Amino acid sequence: MNEMNEVRKPPVATTGIIGWLRINLFFNWTNSLITLFVIYCLYQFIPWILDWTIFSADFKYNYLGEQITNQEMCSRNLDPENGGACWAVIYVRFYQFIYGFYPKVEVWRVNVAYFMLALALLPLLYAKLPYRKYFLYFTYIFPVIAYFLLNGGFGFTEVSTNKWGGLLVTLVLGCTGIALAFPIGIMLALGRRSKLPVISMMCTLFIEFIRGVPLITLLFFGMVMLPLFLPEGIDMDGLVRVLVAVTLFQSAYMAEVIRGGLQAIPPGQYEAAKSLGMSYWRMNLLIILPQAIRISIPPIVNTSIGLFKDTTLVIIVGILDLLGIGRGTLADTNWLGLSYEIYFFVSLVFFIFTFGMSRYSLYLEKKLKTGINMGAD
Amino acid sequence: MSAESIISLKNVNKWFGDFHVLQDVNLEVKKKERIVVCGPSGSGKSTMIRCINRLEEHQEGSIVVDGIELTGNLKNIDNVRKEVGMVFQQFNLFPHLSVKENITLAPIWVKKMPKAEAEELAMRQLEIVKIPEQANKYPGQLSGGQQQRVAIARSLAMNPNIMLFDEPTSALDPEMIKEVLDVMVDLANGGMTMIVVTHEMGFAKTVADRMVFMDEGKIVEEANPDKFFNNPESDRTKLFLSQILHQ
Repeated sequence: MNEMNEVRKPPVATTGIIGWLRINLFFNWTNSLITLFVIYCLYQFIPWILDWTIFSADFKYNYLGEQITNQEMCSRNLDPENGGACWAVIYVRFYQFIYGFYPKVEVWRVNVAYFMLALALLPLLYAKLPYRKYFLYFTYIFPVIAYFLLNGGFGFTEVSTNKWGGLLVTLVLGCTGIALAFPIGIMLALGRRSKLPVISMMCTLFIEFIRGVPLITLLFFGMVMLPLFLPEGIDMDGLVRVLVAVTLFQSAYMAEVIRGGLQAIPPGQYEAAKSLGMSYWRMNLLIILPQAIRISIPPIVNTSIGLFKDTTLVIIVGILDLLGIGRGTLADTNWLGLSYEIYFFVSLVFFIFTFGMSRYSLYLEKKLKTGINMGAD
Repeated sequence: MSAESIISLKNVNKWFGDFHVLQDVNLEVKKKERIVVCGPSGSGKSTMIRCINRLEEHQEGSIVVDGIELTGNLKNIDNVRKEVGMVFQQFNLFPHLSVKENITLAPIWVKKMPKAEAEELAMRQLEIVKIPEQANKYPGQLSGGQQQRVAIARSLAMNPNIMLFDEPTSALDPEMIKEVLDVMVDLANGGMTMIVVTHEMGFAKTVADRMVFMDEGKIVEEANPDKFFNNPESDRTKLFLSQILHQ
């Protein structure tokens, strides 16, 4: 045993909490000053925001103990010294925020649809879910079930889509747009790279045209122009028209994102697949796309989050999504002046969904990392 | 020409843009024959064997593989590719699949083999290339030599009549070349029809039935190894051999 064989430990000052603080927060003078400044700002800001949103806020009753039914009864409007946020507006209008103007007797259908959506997402979120295969079958048929459940048919009374609103519309637009745009985008991306000039040109034209037009224009286009292309007598539902516009828009972006992934696949992968006798579709489905999509996960999630937020633009064609309901509430004389609360709430709901999507993409990246690098490591 | 030829190239010409990469190439390969193709880089040897399974298209002449002529007919191309296995310089394993899945993929999807049978087959092929213990690893976790042996196993799993090797050891570290060559020698001794593009002259001497030397898109010399190495006819061959053997 000589000294060389002893296990040498790193210097104490570089490990543990003290080491971490030293390296990350107090490395040198400037570093320490910035740290202290940030701590001071947080010290000023956090108590204020907590007080406004929670401790001094009204949830259902004001500070006098009365149930709030309009903005005049909010504590901060009765006594500016004595109140924070007035969440009562959310409490009173909660139904509209979540379901729009869906008839109250039928609202259980929306609740069932929400529950089924969660169930349909489950196998995508947890790869180790027991009986995942059967859950996935459910995921595939869920859109059909949801359509009849929400819209009517099969013994359910019809609920016209102009009664839908709030989170319901946001989720229908976001989920359908993302779910449909994904396969369409894949086809467009493959089409654009196709060796057949007609297919490649058509896909390129479609992508460039849709991408070159603002979503708002597409929404107006869907509202005004789409019915002109349909045979007479067929009336397309307003929400469906918007859905078509949103899906086309998202497909074009998705196509370009996936094309980026396709371009990163080395030609040797195509050659190996071909030399094993695989057809064009087998090669793409089994070899190329799984790798290309894996590479593209961050931008796919990025555009999906973008679309989810862009669905708020439907307000301009008269469809009331979550933000639309918020704006409608603000226009109500009972709740004038509560814009902080309403926008805060709407932002929070959007943030919860988009943050969830962002975490999901990180989880996917970690899960799929195995063996993707071709090097010896 | 003869009826027993399994591969027959007649007056094959190919251009990359204006570059005339294959110039009137004629080659007949008999069943169970082992051909080693060598020549300086850019001489068209890779392009030639890549034409045999239609990874490259030839523009003039005819290529017939196992009685099937290679034309634009996609069905014929697929049938030829099922007969012809190929091993690449860069291995080209599928990085998102485990070693076993790399091997079973084509039998399951192209040959419609049941999964259990394909997995058994994969394990047998891994025994042949002597790395059954790596079955559940991913390509990225293997050394270059191991990856190339998996690539050979992957090709063999399709039970091809012909194997093409495109510089199979050129991307390997020196100490890994032997393990790959050993597998290829076993394969040759087992009676596989092989066309090998390589600069491994030791391998050529032990295995080849015939040497083909290419330069500037033409086949310059064809001879049995004994004559090729000891008494080559063309000056170009002599120069090439002196350069490559003096390394």
